Amino acid sequence: MDHPIKRDHARFRKIVKGKIRDNLRKYVSQGNQIIPKGTDKFTVPMPSIDIPRFRFGDKSQGGLGQGQGQPGDPVDGQQDPNGQPGQGEAGEGEGKKELDVELSLDELARILGEELELPNIEPKGKKSLQSVVDRYTNIGTTGPDSLRHLRRTYKQALKRQIAMDSYDPENPAVIPIRRDFRYRSADTKVEMQNAAVVIYMMDVSGSMGDEQKEIVRTESFWINLWLKSQYKDIEIRYIIHDATAKEVDEQTFFRTRESGGTLISSAYNLCKEIIEKDYNPNEWNIYPFHFSDGDNWSADDTKLCLDLLDNVILPVSNVFCYGQVESRYGSGQFYKDLTSKYGSGEEKLILSKIKNKEGILDSIKEFLGKGK
Amino acid sequence: MNRSKPITGELLALKNQIEGYAIEYGLDFFPQIFEVCDYDTINILAAQGGFPSRYPHWKFGMDYDQLSKGYTYGLQKIYEMVINTDPCYAYLLQANNWVDQKIVMAHVYGHNDFFKNNAWFSNTNRKMMDVMANHGTKIRRYMEKYGHDTVENFIDKVLSLENLLDINELFETSSLKRHRKEQVEQQKFENEDDGYMVDDRSAALKSFMRTKARQVKKDEVKKDEDFSAELPLSQKNKDVLGFLIQYAPIEEWQADIIGILREEAYYFLPQRLTKIMNEGWASYWHSTIMTKKALDASEIVDFADKHAGVMYMSKQNINPYKVGIELMRDIEYRWDRGMFGKDYNECTDMSEKLRWDTKLGKGKEKIFEVRKSHNDISFIDEFLTPDFCERQQLFTYKYNPRNGRFEIDTKDFNAIKQKLLSQLTNFGQPIIEVESGNYMNRKELLLSHVHYGVDLDVGFANETLRNLFAIWRRPVNLKTRYEDKEVIFHFDGKDFRPQH
Repeated sequence: MDHPIKRDHARFRKIVKGKIRDNLRKYVSQGNQIIPKGTDKFTVPMPSIDIPRFRFGDKSQGGLGQGQGQPGDPVDGQQDPNGQPGQGEAGEGEGKKELDVELSLDELARILGEELELPNIEPKGKKSLQSVVDRYTNIGTTGPDSLRHLRRTYKQALKRQIAMDSYDPENPAVIPIRRDFRYRSADTKVEMQNAAVVIYMMDVSGSMGDEQKEIVRTESFWINLWLKSQYKDIEIRYIIHDATAKEVDEQTFFRTRESGGTLISSAYNLCKEIIEKDYNPNEWNIYPFHFSDGDNWSADDTKLCLDLLDNVILPVSNVFCYGQVESRYGSGQFYKDLTSKYGSGEEKLILSKIKNKEGILDSIKEFLGKGK
Repeated sequence: MNRSKPITGELLALKNQIEGYAIEYGLDFFPQIFEVCDYDTINILAAQGGFPSRYPHWKFGMDYDQLSKGYTYGLQKIYEMVINTDPCYAYLLQANNWVDQKIVMAHVYGHNDFFKNNAWFSNTNRKMMDVMANHGTKIRRYMEKYGHDTVENFIDKVLSLENLLDINELFETSSLKRHRKEQVEQQKFENEDDGYMVDDRSAALKSFMRTKARQVKKDEVKKDEDFSAELPLSQKNKDVLGFLIQYAPIEEWQADIIGILREEAYYFLPQRLTKIMNEGWASYWHSTIMTKKALDASEIVDFADKHAGVMYMSKQNINPYKVGIELMRDIEYRWDRGMFGKDYNECTDMSEKLRWDTKLGKGKEKIFEVRKSHNDISFIDEFLTPDFCERQQLFTYKYNPRNGRFEIDTKDFNAIKQKLLSQLTNFGQPIIEVESGNYMNRKELLLSHVHYGVDLDVGFANETLRNLFAIWRRPVNLKTRYEDKEVIFHFDGKDFRPQH
């Protein structure tokens, strides 16, 4: 039987997710967003529930520290108001907790997958090619000097000397001879060769502000991270559009701001061209993502978009994801048009509304939660 | 269900060895029991305050969640858990390497000795493991009867007030209480002749749980409340939970739950009052035992590495292990050389002071005495010296609003001492007293915050009052100072408004 704390734990998770104990919701600090910080460092805030207590408010009251420095020198980092002596033994409310974690991208993807309960993606069957790769995980007795494994070599020499009784503990010199040499050697493995392309399209017309773009940037970071963990090769293409569309690099994608109107069909057309030119749907898993605030120039153009989706894009894609970022200026009409056309009947079309930064993870889950 | 098991073989031999050293050094401890467990179990134990069985509550799940994540991501690892019981239980992590186990054991004997001898622990219940388990059973039973959500909800409300404790309660033994009660009865008897009633309640009714007998007595009390125009609850009382058990209009099971949580909070209180001393004392002993007795030459680097990890100095906070051990060593050094008292203090020649040595040799004796009678506040107050602060590179820092960062403020001894003492005052919690249970003659509750220069967090105060209202069921008020003005925050169940 599991320890009873697992039940407390399950209950805590449910409260944090808002499933039970509604009256605690306002005390929950939602911390399930993992924030990139520098290259290999991430902050993992821990979700927690702050039981209200009488406590001191003024955080700027400062504190005590120990170490080198003169008055006026900065005290690195933020003060942890809960770390004062006399506080914080187990069972005490500890408030928001954030962890600075150094993680590899692989680990991060795994955590993301666990947090969001994302299913692994089944690459489309016929597009999976088997390929043979060498992984240096084995040890052999022959090989080039550059692959010599010193530790194993000396270990072998020591074993031999002991066996031959030529090892002298008083003078513990271990001298490897030719046949002690060990080398890293390759194991041949069969891996599935599969490739995916992600095509990001974003509306950069005037109504998309910095906040909206930040949301798209964060969201695309996570989507890339997840897809990279699922596919061996991945290519990412970026398309921006207002009334016309063009392909750009990543930098430009997130920086550009235009003021023109919006013709979504221009982007879909370009997307279609890119797919036709570079990505044979029989070899590639194709993921077009489109982010906009839902404004389109005219109903006619919307019709054109739906045609493009129907006839070209949807049939060749694994999924087509449309994320609508809420903005003060956007009407959100496009989302409604898509919903009324496809409802929830179209398996390959995933729609998501992203209200604000907090909505990012939910929306990622919507996009990737189907395992396609 | 046994997730931890007693140590055997090599570890048991090691235990006996370390215990031998501890006895040699004169440590006086409860019988020590070590058990080993895996990391998941030690996370569970740590989340539950060291105890294998607690009442069901999501907060333990929350702590467990954070500990396991911290462990999974490789950020933190708990080497050991030790609890204040007789016999004293300590848990070792199975995966610890040999040196770690040695350090941990030596460290644990320090804690054990401290639990047994420090005055602030003298009234703690050493059978707390059973008590905690019983609390769990009781609360589970209430949950079955009244519903999980209802009971948990009530616990949440009480936890909101869990830090409103009166340190003096730690020395309220039952015999003391009885004695005081008799005195009061006596006085009451004498006073009745004058036709004047003295309230004896706050002193007399301070037992932890509501018993049948108490219930009867309370009914009597209720009766004369009807007669008195004013609730005779004017005596200031920091034991807010105790007060609520007595006077709040709550069900018996609710009173019992407050009693349970109150008892547990008071059980942990001495540890909150002696963090620096307790960790300092345990570190002093692991360091002494390891370096003078138990270490094998081959282990010295590993030991130094681990020890240094525990003794890290942080610019943001005081590390209680570091300050504690250094202060203990400083006291020992000073009392060995007689570096205290009138002659020493009045000596103005710095080099003579530095060389000062009366060959007193009372260092060990002194630190054993200190560990017996002090808590963190008196420890710092009495033994922190300017020399020490300078040597330990202590400083205070504060927020600089001009550049939005925290900066070193001063290295001045008095400022440091002041800051440290104020952080330790009332175990770092605001001092809140019940001022009246019949405020404005309307049976409203009036709490007052004893303001020592730092304002309360108003948002949190609001929510806390909301929870308090749910228990008191009449409007609740909090008197405090906010932004240099006297203010009473009033909550009547719907609105929250400040009254100046």
